[in-house]
Amino acid sequence: MTYFIDRRANAKHKSAVNRQRFLDRYRTHIKRSVEEAVNRRSITDMERGEKVSIPARDISEPVFQHGPGGKRTIVSPGNKEFVEGDRLRRPGGGGGGGAGEGGASNQGEGTDEFAFTLSREEFLDFVFDGLELPHLERKALVDLDEVRPVRAGVSRDGVPARMNIVRSMREAYARRIAMRAPIRRALREAREALDMEEGKDPVLRNPARIAELKVEIERLEKRLEAVPFIDTYDLRYNNLINQPLPSSKAVMFCVMDVSGSMTQAHKDIAKRFFLLLYLFLERNYEKVELVFVRHHTAAKEVDEEEFFYSRETGGTIVSSALTLVDEIITKRYPPGQWNLYVAQASDGDNWDDDSITCREQLMKSLMPRLQYYTYVEITPHAHQALWEEYETVADEFPDRFAMRQIVEAGDIYPVFRELFKRRAAH
Amino acid sequence: MTMTRRKPIATGSDWNFEVLEAYERELARLADEYRLDTYPNQIEVITTEQMMDAYASVGMPVGYHHWSFGKQFLAVEQAYRRGQMGLAYELVINSDPCIAYLMEENTLMMQVLVMAHACYGHNSFFKGNYLFRAWTDASSIVDYLVFARKYVADCEQRHGVTAVEQLLDACHALQNYGVDRYKRPSPISADEEARRQTEREEYLQAQVNMLWRTIPDRPVGDTLPGSLDDGEDPLGLRTGGRYPPEPQENLLYFIEKNAPLLAPWQREIVRIVRKLAQYFYPQRQTQVMNEGWASFWHYTLMNRLYDEGLVDEGLILEFLQSHTAVVNQPDFDSPYYSGINPYALGFAMFSDIKRMCENPTDEDREWFPDTAGGDWLVTVHFAMRNFKDESFIQQFLSPKVIRDLKLFTVVDDDQDEMLEVTAIHDERGYRRVREALATQYALSLREPNIQVHAANIRGDRSLTLHHVQDSRRPLGRSVYPVLRHLYQLWGFPVRLESIMDDDSVGRHLQWPLPDEEAK
Repeated sequence: MTYFIDRRANAKHKSAVNRQRFLDRYRTHIKRSVEEAVNRRSITDMERGEKVSIPARDISEPVFQHGPGGKRTIVSPGNKEFVEGDRLRRPGGGGGGGAGEGGASNQGEGTDEFAFTLSREEFLDFVFDGLELPHLERKALVDLDEVRPVRAGVSRDGVPARMNIVRSMREAYARRIAMRAPIRRALREAREALDMEEGKDPVLRNPARIAELKVEIERLEKRLEAVPFIDTYDLRYNNLINQPLPSSKAVMFCVMDVSGSMTQAHKDIAKRFFLLLYLFLERNYEKVELVFVRHHTAAKEVDEEEFFYSRETGGTIVSSALTLVDEIITKRYPPGQWNLYVAQASDGDNWDDDSITCREQLMKSLMPRLQYYTYVEITPHAHQALWEEYETVADEFPDRFAMRQIVEAGDIYPVFRELFKRRAAH
Repeated sequence: MTMTRRKPIATGSDWNFEVLEAYERELARLADEYRLDTYPNQIEVITTEQMMDAYASVGMPVGYHHWSFGKQFLAVEQAYRRGQMGLAYELVINSDPCIAYLMEENTLMMQVLVMAHACYGHNSFFKGNYLFRAWTDASSIVDYLVFARKYVADCEQRHGVTAVEQLLDACHALQNYGVDRYKRPSPISADEEARRQTEREEYLQAQVNMLWRTIPDRPVGDTLPGSLDDGEDPLGLRTGGRYPPEPQENLLYFIEKNAPLLAPWQREIVRIVRKLAQYFYPQRQTQVMNEGWASFWHYTLMNRLYDEGLVDEGLILEFLQSHTAVVNQPDFDSPYYSGINPYALGFAMFSDIKRMCENPTDEDREWFPDTAGGDWLVTVHFAMRNFKDESFIQQFLSPKVIRDLKLFTVVDDDQDEMLEVTAIHDERGYRRVREALATQYALSLREPNIQVHAANIRGDRSLTLHHVQDSRRPLGRSVYPVLRHLYQLWGFPVRLESIMDDDSVGRHLQWPLPDEEAK
């Protein structure tokens, strides 16, 4: 007896729980791999999974087993030239020595890696684990794709509650006119014919014809009456379609110093920081706009490509960028409609007098309008004037102004996490 | 040969359920002709992803959750994606009804082949082989798995995922030592398990309490109970002979019944792991036979379908290509070599039995006087029913197969600088090759021989295991983590002594490590 069962439609991810348990158990290992990958990868490379290797000994499931050594007899297939009594060198060991530790079985243990692939989602989850853009004044970020039903004309299908009475009656009226017109015409013709027939000289009248016409008229009158007052296909319903809810919008300004004082290494680190930021935004907020502003002595709004990949030299006037950001906000992103974020990366160098200008500009003009301002300073050296001025800003707006120092590429990820750490209070 | 008029049931590589059912009916008819007695078949069509799921859980349709299955899944997925592994065109589990999986991506040929291989080959093996008959209860395994899954999930609810996971880790480390090798276990039944489970918890706990009732005395040091040099205890109150009186090979059983500190639910989980290990025990001992038997029958049945004109030339050619790949045995020096292919060896042996019956040579008559010239069908059935890999090879590996596979033996002795070829496929070597190959498949030699020697129930409560060394082969490094797991289960220090060939105690291991204990 045999029966077939088609299980294809059944639950797919039967192993999902076990897979998750595995990922949870080796969280620290996997995180390390993911962090390395983030520092290594380029931006276009982020949106894919990652191959993760864990040293096999760390995840082995130990059982009692024979170790190398002792005496054993191995049966193998495919003998070619061996004859009984042949003596052979141990493969690999190059002689091995008396201890016999160099045997093939020894290689079974040791440095093997257990390699597997994280899916794209799993990879990004590890990257963004526990992160959140601070103070976004939108209830829940995941709801960005919320929809609202809106009226969109009328349709023939729908539920009774949405019936459009006026349109339905109008349809019915039109249908009645259309359906009755030929009957009325025939009726009129029949009556005219009858009148004509009855108006004739009695001798010439055709009684059979008269009777026929009378029957015809009666039939047509009945048909006229039978045209329904309203029919199912007259019914019209108000149509609703799901329209994406205009969600609260956010714009992120990426500000970067590209002056001569920024070395290539500095720029690389800054780029990484923005890469992460970019990815984070792309992933979490589909409706977030990005504005890239780079500056040396003068600031310029550029596209993403130019922002990350073109070179400039010259001195540094940070306030030029802040002024430009300010202008762009005024022109294009009225604060009533947009949540505004600024992320700035710099090596801390600035034209001396300019740092004070920066502070004033931030305090007076920018900070009141911004949701959040992050500043990363990429330098192993002591802080300069800009940092000090910014510290006063941070004191003034402790919830909305964050600043951190980065020394090397490896610091990026922790800093990034720190900056956008989920705010437990909210 | 008379040409059969070909009227194939279907052509091309597409399949549908109607066609599968038609082929299945034909296979059933032919299988009946060959007296293949099977459980009812439950053939499930599944997707690749589901197949990987099934792989990760060793084919069990349900299983409790554990990270190691997730690891298995990731490994399978990785291998499959890289194309290192032809996913599994068949997977069958020993249950009644017998569940076989067909992957939807497979071609028509593959589906017919899998049905022949799994639904009639493996299935009849499960039903006929003495190990499966004696040790597993096919009708209740699925129910038991459901019970196990639910029980483990309940424990996770009550005691936390981590606590359960650690316990399972420890049990898994010892699961190969959770089987009774010589006596048949009581059949597992889900209903009974559930009904008696509470009862058992109480009873077991009471028993353990009895055993450990004695308040531990001052540590007796390393003196094992039973030694008679204790002047302070002339009446032998604290030394009432060794416990257990006989060495115990089933470590998990011993733990379940005797570990002093385990809570009842923990004992139950130990039991679950033990029961499942027992269920898989016959599979581990009949790999060559099982795969060989299934391959032999898919080969025979597919050829019959062709002979009767029920499949076309295209299908049979595709089949032969696939079959050849499955039973291919790379040479030891080939880059593709990864040990002896059980499909190749098993198929070669069953085919050879048939050959010996039908066309015996003088050599066959000399080596296998009972088999040569006999009824092949009776003989292969006899072989399938009454042997496991070890004894099957010992009994039926013929010089011809040894020659065909060019088998040879190499002795690897750590006291010798060189390896030595001790036997090849010649008159002098046949018996020794056969002997060595049979030994190679003996589970008792593949796994170190480790038994519970003594539990110090009157002293420091330590547990002592004996490792009886075979041919001076030591334990691998994994012994420490395993001892740590055992220590977690036992709750008191665990010792392991290696007994050498001359009965002296060799290596002596202990967990926790002695210096840590001193701190």
